[in-house]
Amino acid sequence: MATLELQGLAKRFGKTTVLHGVDLALTDGEMLVIVGASGCGKSTLLRLVAGLEEPSAGRILLDGVDITGRDPARRDIAMVFQNYALYPHMSVFDNMAYGLKLKGMKRPEIARKIEEAADTLGLSALLGRKPRELSGGQRQRVAMGRAIVREPKLFLFDEPLSNLDAKLRVQVRADIRKLQKRLKVTSLYVTHDQIEAMTLADRLIVMHEGRAAQIGAPTAVFDKPADRYVASFIGEPAMNFCSATLIAGGTAARLDAGPTVDLPDGARAGADDTRITIGIRPQHALLSTGADAMPLTVELIEPLGSETLIHGRLADGSEFMLRVAGPAPAAETIKISLPAHYLHVFDAESGKRLEPLTPALSAPAMP
Amino acid sequence: MERRTLFNGRLLPAVLVLPQLAITILFFILPAYKAFAESVRATDAFGLHTSFVGFANFLHLARSNLYQHAMIRTGVFCVAVTVLAMAAGLVLAVFADRAIKGRAIYRTLLIWPYAIAPAIASVIFVFLLQPQIGLITNLLGRLGIDFDYATNGGQAFLLIILIAAWKQVSYNFIFYVAGLQSVPRSVIEAATLDGARGFHRFRTMIWPLLTPTTFFLIIVNFVYAAFDTFALIFALTAGGPGTATETLVVKVYRDGVINLDLGGSAAQSVILMAIIVGLTAIQFRYTGKRAVS
Repeated sequence: MATLELQGLAKRFGKTTVLHGVDLALTDGEMLVIVGASGCGKSTLLRLVAGLEEPSAGRILLDGVDITGRDPARRDIAMVFQNYALYPHMSVFDNMAYGLKLKGMKRPEIARKIEEAADTLGLSALLGRKPRELSGGQRQRVAMGRAIVREPKLFLFDEPLSNLDAKLRVQVRADIRKLQKRLKVTSLYVTHDQIEAMTLADRLIVMHEGRAAQIGAPTAVFDKPADRYVASFIGEPAMNFCSATLIAGGTAARLDAGPTVDLPDGARAGADDTRITIGIRPQHALLSTGADAMPLTVELIEPLGSETLIHGRLADGSEFMLRVAGPAPAAETIKISLPAHYLHVFDAESGKRLEPLTPALSAPAMP
Repeated sequence: MERRTLFNGRLLPAVLVLPQLAITILFFILPAYKAFAESVRATDAFGLHTSFVGFANFLHLARSNLYQHAMIRTGVFCVAVTVLAMAAGLVLAVFADRAIKGRAIYRTLLIWPYAIAPAIASVIFVFLLQPQIGLITNLLGRLGIDFDYATNGGQAFLLIILIAAWKQVSYNFIFYVAGLQSVPRSVIEAATLDGARGFHRFRTMIWPLLTPTTFFLIIVNFVYAAFDTFALIFALTAGGPGTATETLVVKVYRDGVINLDLGGSAAQSVILMAIIVGLTAIQFRYTGKRAVS
């Protein structure tokens, strides 16, 4: 149990800057998920905290103590690796006992701790086996067990579920969350899977090209993505983006595809004719017959059972996806409308989110 | 997966196998057969008269003090060369694995000694250690150490151990470098985060994971020391002074070619053959293709 603070943590490999200075603070017992596409610097961040890489700049504070230059063996941090990194020549018991022996713990106590952890993780019958005699899910649990018996100050998870099959992943994901909540260990969790990130995180940090694009609670990130990248990365299927221009003193936008939409939550900064991007999630757009509805040329229909995904193009040729309940209407062109309170407004150039200048009445909660 | 090539008919495969078969028969099977045949005969020094003597040659060896001494000497030599060459190879490999700059150069340079012909290696060391004019001999002389491998048997024996080991270090180095590279990085990192450092981490994590490589190398080094060092020893000391550096292979040559005891020498060859067959069997049995691939 501990707090972790990163101050301007940066990493360069030669001329390539992988991490551009990340600031972050974890409270005691918090589960923070680092999510991003491959190459965004998320694994590097984790390895810096572990001490497996040396930062080019910045500081790492664990419980307020600067551990930036400390030997990784002396940091009291446990890590669960993507490939589990079990010690191949040791039994499950010895895998878990290794760190405890190094701590100088007495044999009976080691045995007791391992029994306890094995019990929690359902590994009791496997303690004598070697890693190669275990299934993927079992190996994953041993890796977890090895981390928890140590009772470290900090847990690091490096994509621990990516080598499991889809069904097992959902189950282990829930197990990890329950375990982490019960043990109340401060944790950093790296993943490229945004669903994993949403479900596990107390807070998440979306990384993009070596920078923290956004840090916040999962729902906050989902509801108010800080920029276009976060908006497109978080949420499945990904958000639609339509080019538009700002009109009516920033209170409305004219889509390149034709119609005009109001921005009821307040005016955005910027002169009329400023180029912006309007974003809306596929599940928020509606089939419509109203006068303000715009045509969508259907290109592909994907039935998901209770719902249907409709891929199509708007009048200006931009792609648009719609998720509707039930089957899709049988027509080559359908009409859709974009409910005003589900719209996200981004600057066309910087991609940054444009908040209303004077927040109007609080927007309705988004499902 | 093993790939098999299929041929139609019998002629083509037979023709393709023939050259290899011819070489094997001419240089391996035939000499081996000759050794067996000679080992049960006695031939006079001029080769004029040959008689069948059964196992007399072997019995003679079993009772021979000289042969027992040569056997013990060879054993000591093999163990010493194997331990030295493997330890040096491992240490160098560990450092090469850690080196960040100049890694490729370091590795290439360490592989060079392996490319030197054994007799040439001996000549190099003769230049360095020749009792009258050798460079190192002179240096040792100034330190008050009287070094003369030509008359001091102990020194000669020590010298061939060192040279034989030096020659084999490269080989062990290559295999240990490959072995170290096959140890997953994340396993070492996990051990580090578990609190393991330095030599303890090496002893508990890396060394056990190198076991297949180590076992393979023990057999290979043993075979090398026992059978592949003839040229080296012969060029340097020819088995002398006295019998101080006479290992079993050197003795085969001395007894057969120099002292013209063809039967006895052939019997020794047969024993050596049995030993090498045994060692190879052990290697195949326990490591097989695993250590190599």
